[in-house]
Amino acid sequence: MSTTKLLDYKGSSDYIVSDELRNSVNIAVALQKPLLIKGEPGTGKTMLAESIAKSLGMELIIWNIKSTTKAQEGLYLYDTVQRLYDSQFGESNVSDIKKYIKLGKLGEAFLSGKQVVLLIDEIDKADLEFPNDLLWELDQMSFYIPETKETIAAKNRPIVIITSNAEKELPDAFLRRCIFHYIAFPDPEGMEKIIAVHHPRLEKRLLEQAMETFYMLRNIPSIQKRPSTSELIDWLQALVVGGISPNKIKQDLPFLGVLLKKNEDLDTMLNQLYGKTQNKTPNVKNNAYNRYRY
Amino acid sequence: MFTKFYYNLKDYGIPVSMNEWQLLLEALESGMAGSSLTGFYYLCRAVLVKTEAHYDRFDLAFASFFGDIESPEGLPDKIWEWLDKELPEQEITEAMRLNHQQLDLDEMKRMLEERLAEQNEEHHGGNRWVGTGGTSPFGHSGYHPGGIRIGGSTRNLSAVKVAGMRKYQEFRTDETLGIRQFQVALRKLRQFTTRLDGARTELDLDGTIDRTCNNAGRLELVWDRPRENGIKVLLLMDSGGSMVSYSRLCNQLFTAVNRSNHFKDLKIFYFHNCIYDWLFHDPSCSLNAYTDTEYILKTYDSDYRIIIVGDASMSSYELMRVGGIIEWGMHNDTPGIEWLRRLRQHFEYSVWLNPIPKNYWDWMEGVFTINKIAEVFPMESLTVEGLETAITKLRSRQAVKMG
Repeated sequence: MSTTKLLDYKGSSDYIVSDELRNSVNIAVALQKPLLIKGEPGTGKTMLAESIAKSLGMELIIWNIKSTTKAQEGLYLYDTVQRLYDSQFGESNVSDIKKYIKLGKLGEAFLSGKQVVLLIDEIDKADLEFPNDLLWELDQMSFYIPETKETIAAKNRPIVIITSNAEKELPDAFLRRCIFHYIAFPDPEGMEKIIAVHHPRLEKRLLEQAMETFYMLRNIPSIQKRPSTSELIDWLQALVVGGISPNKIKQDLPFLGVLLKKNEDLDTMLNQLYGKTQNKTPNVKNNAYNRYRY
Repeated sequence: MFTKFYYNLKDYGIPVSMNEWQLLLEALESGMAGSSLTGFYYLCRAVLVKTEAHYDRFDLAFASFFGDIESPEGLPDKIWEWLDKELPEQEITEAMRLNHQQLDLDEMKRMLEERLAEQNEEHHGGNRWVGTGGTSPFGHSGYHPGGIRIGGSTRNLSAVKVAGMRKYQEFRTDETLGIRQFQVALRKLRQFTTRLDGARTELDLDGTIDRTCNNAGRLELVWDRPRENGIKVLLLMDSGGSMVSYSRLCNQLFTAVNRSNHFKDLKIFYFHNCIYDWLFHDPSCSLNAYTDTEYILKTYDSDYRIIIVGDASMSSYELMRVGGIIEWGMHNDTPGIEWLRRLRQHFEYSVWLNPIPKNYWDWMEGVFTINKIAEVFPMESLTVEGLETAITKLRSRQAVKMG
């Protein structure tokens, strides 16, 4: 641990980081472990990696995970098709297999001359076994290419940030090797700071009203997809562009579609308001029970 | 003392492995706890806790273990005023660290009391008096390894207090949550058909390209066995009577199961209180639409996973006696418990989910029947955690206990 100089991540100007999160980042960097970040969508998991890279002055390499991504792709690909093509139609020397080895994002990060930040985004999208396939590579920061009999080892251990939306549970063996942090949803105070970064010149009254409405919506228990930070920021943008008067926000709930993306949620919300103003509460219990026939 | 904390965490149900513990000790050695209990709290949590679902347990464990290390109570108001000043964070040098021997907690408390008695003005900086900054063991924003923190905010908030706030309570998995969580849990109920047996019917494209290229272009097709989920589920739900109060919960589970399209087969039947000769097709449990339980036992393979949802609370005769059925005008020749045993014997992979929280089972009205049924079926409460445990049980055969 003494070989690397102690890096200190302090957050960057365009990203508000809580003390807790900053702590976790520094712990992960110092212990040279991958940092696993979980949190509600829109709490800035991906942005964190950008901010770390920016603040530590490092390059950011992003590996976006999709449901079809295999661990192998992150290491290297052996382009046999190109080699076949070259062997039949090209002039180049096909006996040099090295030419057909293409490094993936992980390999790229290992071979980079300087220390980089590697973001493995949304790891839970991939197959259940995916994280397990990367255990050795992330632990040892090296992998072996059988085709060329080469070992690719990290010149500088990259800082690895992994994000997950909790769509799948990650395997225990993988979790044991990570530093974990859950980004809690910001409280109104923290939220104001975040908004100040994105909308520095916002009318105070507008902000107050919008925030109140926003947290009110979030607190409706039956809503399935609760609006998140990024949606609030978009909504504020819409309110400003639309020139909505602050007094009307709470009553009219303009541009609600920006905040609530599900039809059911819009219905629930309107139902609640309707129920409240007209005092017409439907017999909820009965409804719910009937739904369980199909 | 540290090892005790490890066992304390385990007692609270946080799965801490030796590796992680080792890592924590390493981190502590390199001084990453930032010399405060708060720093220690965050360090422990980052290294040892791997899911937000366990944050609350961690908070509880931490508070119970370090609970008595609190700032002394009844500090004179004046002291709070002295401490009410924010100072910039202090650089910590190696020399400063060496300067301070770890003080014994009791001794520190004693010293603090003495100093409180002597001190009668504000101090900021310096190394003896209670104040902000400086290196005295007392006060905030200063540096003293293992000093007593008094007041201040964020980096000065006592770790025990942070733990005591239990911010992450709502992430507990033993609380019931929403459909989505149920779905995530159900997704684990899968068992892929192995790649070892069955016909090779699927073209392995990557394999084919690789082989062909390796053959310098002579086509070679590679076939593979398809992988699909082989799990078949039989969901039996208690509907009516005492279950009405849990309808929201059952509804959520029902929706989640229904939405899970990864099962090879999913069948749903209903019963009222206990299972007898008939399993009904809809929640009204009328004799218009039903299947004989006998028929199900004979035709459904024993590899069907059975999930029974019910509160298992009924009068003892409904479960134990011939003719004990609650429905007017119906008669059962075989007592309910016998039917349950037969189901259990036939379907080795089976669980009972009870919407009544586990800690109520022993003193609810239906304690007798709950216990009786729990002897037959592995019973879990209908929470996300309960469902997860149940699903782990469904993946392997459960030994049949025949009482």
